[in-house]
Amino acid sequence: MADTAYAIEVKNLKKYFPIKGGVLKKTIGNVKAVDDITFNVKRNETLSLVGESGCGKSTTGRTILKLYEPTSGEIFLNGQKISDIPRGKFRRMRKDIQMIFQDPFSSLNPRMTVRSLLLEPLLTHKLASRKEANELVGEMIEKVGLSKEQLDRYPHEFSGGQRQRISIARALIVKPKVVILDEAVSALDVSIQSQILNLLIKLQEEFELTYVFISHDLNVVQHLSDRVGVMYLGQMMELGETKDIYNNPLHPYTRALLSAIPSLDPYEKKERIILHGDVPDPSNPPSGCPFRLRCPKAHDRCAEEKPRFLEKEKNHWVACHLFDE
Amino acid sequence: MKEFFQRLVSDKVGLIGFIGILLVIIVAVLAPVIAPYSPDRMFTEHTLEGPSSQFLFGTDELGRDIFSRTVYGAQVSLQVGLIAVGIGATAGLIFGLISGYFQGKVDQVIMRVMDVFFAFPDILLALTIVAVLGPSLTNTMIAIGIVFTPVFTRLVRSAVMSVKENEYLTSAVAIGVQPVKIITRHITPNIMAPFIVQITLALSGAILTEAALSFLGLGVQPPDPSWGVMLNASRTYMEFAPWTILFPVSAIVLTILCFNLLGDSLRDLLDPKLKQ
Repeated sequence: MADTAYAIEVKNLKKYFPIKGGVLKKTIGNVKAVDDITFNVKRNETLSLVGESGCGKSTTGRTILKLYEPTSGEIFLNGQKISDIPRGKFRRMRKDIQMIFQDPFSSLNPRMTVRSLLLEPLLTHKLASRKEANELVGEMIEKVGLSKEQLDRYPHEFSGGQRQRISIARALIVKPKVVILDEAVSALDVSIQSQILNLLIKLQEEFELTYVFISHDLNVVQHLSDRVGVMYLGQMMELGETKDIYNNPLHPYTRALLSAIPSLDPYEKKERIILHGDVPDPSNPPSGCPFRLRCPKAHDRCAEEKPRFLEKEKNHWVACHLFDE
Repeated sequence: MKEFFQRLVSDKVGLIGFIGILLVIIVAVLAPVIAPYSPDRMFTEHTLEGPSSQFLFGTDELGRDIFSRTVYGAQVSLQVGLIAVGIGATAGLIFGLISGYFQGKVDQVIMRVMDVFFAFPDILLALTIVAVLGPSLTNTMIAIGIVFTPVFTRLVRSAVMSVKENEYLTSAVAIGVQPVKIITRHITPNIMAPFIVQITLALSGAILTEAALSFLGLGVQPPDPSWGVMLNASRTYMEFAPWTILFPVSAIVLTILCFNLLGDSLRDLLDPKLKQ
């Protein structure tokens, strides 16, 4: 393992989904789900990817996990280049990088008991004998706040929050280094969300985990993240420390996004930035800046050239012509 | 499992089918005890006699007891049904899992071959296969098994493709579970409901096809007591000795009815959407 401070490095990652059409199933276009993004995640930090539906944040997560083959670009896991390892070979390395899914009702096999769900990752990677594995399962289930007595039940006997705890246990039992959380709390009630988030924070410290947290809930993201990346139409618009992004957003899209956070104080005066129009078709994105059609500050240059992703302030990157003189 | 039987009992129609099938199974297993005579024994002085206390269902043109032959016929029917459907269901499960899981070119090849089989009517295809292999009980079972393979393949394939959309499969891949275990542990148990329903329905189809093949002289060969063979033999005499055809036909109709009733009721019972 190469010595590096980064758990994950993503360089110029692209993921296009071909659109097939016609009698001969020829490729007639591409959905550019992820279009040339570069970022990295430091050890033990939480990087959040935010953006509206269809901006490519989930695709990014799944491509890092090699559930999708990247179209081009490089992905490094703990300094090792994984983007060109064949999927069959990568299977054995999956214990280092795990995923927690959005919907706890469909992410657990309904025909398996909690015990077999938790045993499966351990036995698959031959991390323990059956006897040891059983003990580890018992320890793990208690760490996520359930009890050993519940091990022989089936997923349908649990509530959404409990199921998500089971999913967390299943992902963490192999002691991964990186965990991708794809909208991991979005499907839960608000009261349950905070419990699960606190559990995730506790387990991150205990297991020294690196999180990539994919979400559209900006309140949750602010609570959990060290750094935040804002995505739009498959591209990274802004990336920086959480406090910088929330207190001093640079990109017009980030500003509009943050102004949409609902406030608990009904008397608070907020300047709401309303964006007009819809997200453009990712198979036919606009020229230049992807955001220019909805941007309140768009000017001629935005249509002509794609903005560079520049470090405007220390550790605060933005892709916008307003900051590129 | 217990809950399942409770629901089956509360569904009258399904229960009737279930009891009927149990009866057929009991009759087949206990045939030597139930039947008063050997199915081949000829009472030469009693040819084509109507039902009486000595011969409950009457006798056929060779003086054989129709009741005994009908009882032994249940053995043949069940044997053909179970083995033929076993062949078809196993082959269909394997092809369907491969087709549905890997998709792409393998899927195309398997499904086009199945389409060719689908293009022929069941009985015609079975006839052709038996004609090629030669008429016998074993070949009848093989032929019916082949005829049923495409139905099972298509059913399993579509079930696999719908199960594959579930996130627990992505989750298994993300954890690094071996593809073989994904198929056996995560996919197969979740496609069992439609598969079991199809098996009960195919059983009745197999029994009917065996009777038809035997009736045409290409299935079970005389003197073995198959319901289809009995129908064939009684063809010439049915106008003046209707009992020779009535009882084997009733046996076929009732057995098939029971399997269909059970199949329909299982389809509802195993459908999670219809669960209260």
